[in-house]
Amino acid sequence: MSALNLQQGASSHSAYDLRDPHADREESHTLAVLVENEPGVLARVIGLFSGRGYNIDSLTVAEVDHTGHRSRITVVTRGTPEVIVQIKAQLGRIVPVHEVHDLTAEGAAVERELGLFKVRGNGDKRVEALRIAEIFRANVVDSTLESFVFEVVGTPSKLDAFADLMRPLGLMDLARTGVAALSRGT
Amino acid sequence: MSREMTGARMVVEALRDQGVDTVFGYPGGAVLPIYDEIFQQNDITHVLVRHEQGAVHMAEGYARATGKPGVVLVTSGPGATNAVTGLTDALLDSIPIVVLSGQVPTFMIGTDGFQEADTVGITRPCTKHNWLVKDTNKLAETIHKGFHVATTGRPGPVLIDIPKDVQFATGQYFSPDELASDRYQPIRKGDIQAITRLVELIEQAERPVLYTGGGVINSGPHASALLRELADTAGFPVTSTLMGLGAYPASAPNWIGMLGMHGLYEANLAMHGCDLMINIGARFDDRITGRIADFSPNSIKAHIDIDPSSINKVIQVDIPILGDVGEVLKDVLDVWKSRGSKTNKAALGKWWEQIEGWKAKNCLFYRNSETIIKPQYALQRLEALTKGHDRYITTEVGQHQMWAAQFLHFDEPNRWMTSGGLGTMGYGLPASLGVQMAHPEALVINVAGDASWLMNMQEMGTAVQFRLPVKQFILNNERLGMVRQWQQLLHGERYSQSWSDSLPDFVKLAEAFGCKGAQVRDPRDLDAAIQEMIAYDGPYILDVLVEKHENCFPMIPSGKPHNEMLLGEADTQGAIKADGAVLV
Repeated sequence: MSALNLQQGASSHSAYDLRDPHADREESHTLAVLVENEPGVLARVIGLFSGRGYNIDSLTVAEVDHTGHRSRITVVTRGTPEVIVQIKAQLGRIVPVHEVHDLTAEGAAVERELGLFKVRGNGDKRVEALRIAEIFRANVVDSTLESFVFEVVGTPSKLDAFADLMRPLGLMDLARTGVAALSRGT
Repeated sequence: MSREMTGARMVVEALRDQGVDTVFGYPGGAVLPIYDEIFQQNDITHVLVRHEQGAVHMAEGYARATGKPGVVLVTSGPGATNAVTGLTDALLDSIPIVVLSGQVPTFMIGTDGFQEADTVGITRPCTKHNWLVKDTNKLAETIHKGFHVATTGRPGPVLIDIPKDVQFATGQYFSPDELASDRYQPIRKGDIQAITRLVELIEQAERPVLYTGGGVINSGPHASALLRELADTAGFPVTSTLMGLGAYPASAPNWIGMLGMHGLYEANLAMHGCDLMINIGARFDDRITGRIADFSPNSIKAHIDIDPSSINKVIQVDIPILGDVGEVLKDVLDVWKSRGSKTNKAALGKWWEQIEGWKAKNCLFYRNSETIIKPQYALQRLEALTKGHDRYITTEVGQHQMWAAQFLHFDEPNRWMTSGGLGTMGYGLPASLGVQMAHPEALVINVAGDASWLMNMQEMGTAVQFRLPVKQFILNNERLGMVRQWQQLLHGERYSQSWSDSLPDFVKLAEAFGCKGAQVRDPRDLDAAIQEMIAYDGPYILDVLVEKHENCFPMIPSGKPHNEMLLGEADTQGAIKADGAVLV
């Protein structure tokens, strides 16, 4: 107990109340951040998340307008509604950030991810893997007598499901791109 | 018309075009070409510091005393890393600073060259923005953009890293008016609907309070004038954060003092009990709010801020108004006046009665002594004896800082420079030099503690070299006073490492630096000592030996709400005894 009989908890020796009162209200949001394609801009965005303790569940980045020097960063993040608002405000004040869109809040959006899955096996397992791949509309992009590399495009949960099914069938390795997302309609 | 010149020449040219008259810096290998250009001109004064941290704090003092950006020039590697504390300080307190750093030549970047550091990487989180310039043709544009970013929207520090080969190479120089207007233009005008809603509340409020911050000062003198007009015509009480002192005059009737952890009883209780809180350019810092859950529980809160990330960051507000304080206050006043400048006068009268009742508590009371100088008394005498002077105050960080905020009064903005957000010990001495560079004739006093002052004392050399007659008013308790106070109150009186052993003799130190010093220990000699300090034409160190164990009150202990303040030793004693039995 502290001398001033302060409330116990993380704040007893600090002015900061470190206990998160809203931990149970976390939401997942997909943010599209349009940035000036200048050196260090990705480090700025990532540094904001790590420096302020926000989560990154998925991150993709690529130049989308070569002449306009624009890149698009798609971030899937988690937090309470207050934290999500704060993340958007913090992103918005980074000098080379042009626009921040919350695709989760702004209406319907399409989200897609590409995954490559290397599956090794023979006999029944190999046949079963191929059968499931067909159900998932996966493409076989590499094949040996003992292995396949499947390419699957879909939502992150579809890729999760595919990986789960392939694991007992000899999943050796996988690579995922992270989510790319666009709002629906015009 | 663009002109061809070397990168080094461009730096000086760009500074001149930006109206810079003073640069604080320290030379080194990677900035030699720029120093060569500085040598060959007379428009810009270069202040040679003794440590790069000092350069940034000087630039901060200069910036805060003038409203103009402060400029720093340092070399690569250690020159740049030494600037990091100052950059972080300026970021937290929203001070416009432009740091130009040298860098190893572009072809050596990444080879761990001599005095190479990843300066833009290191300073990315402690600047508003930074740039590494790899092409001399982009240098002028980048420097101009740096000034624009540092001074536009919420001000802050920027850094421009310039490799040595870029300084030597020639390229096209463009002046600011040759460049297209910058894309970075934060919104300045507030939403008129929100402003109208705020005016409606101003008309009805029974217990309003204006909670003002550094944003009023950053917005410019016109914002301070508008704040005064609003507060005085509406008859609303005004409190301020540490950063905002002087925006509203301490001598005006509606002033209820600083708020926060060591703020005044009446200010904190007004914040706790108000029904309308108007936050003007402040940011609900943790030193202000205390326990969030119990912060001003029954008020409607409006927040005027130019930085969208400040709004709803800590405290959820009812009326967010994004914009420049000056612009928004002007619109608030226009709308309010157009509707007849109404307030709830009857209720306001009662509110003021309540506030007067809190004021009667006399929360800054301390027991004076005839034998020992109390730090509060020293500041009261400093206040009395410097009144009427063209006075600027800087501080270090700790108890003396809080006492200075409590006992010194500011009637104008830009007169008070202190490290608020970062709490940087060692800020005050170099900051006082920056202020004195901007205002050579003014009385500039650094209110210091012995421990803080030592952190950048090498800058006394700069003071002597540039004949800057700054007054170092050291409240010497031979302790890290605030640390000692917390250890007494919160850590069972175990004073771990919080005393200043082997302090230098400050009078001899002054002599060693080539300036004047004096020591005072008897309260009866204090006035004469202060007067001698003021009268002396040159840098001066006054070593004021004060009570060693004085605590700073009032105090809101961390994690407590505003209405649970400690007003003096009597409030702490019971708790300490009970706890002592458990702990010690």
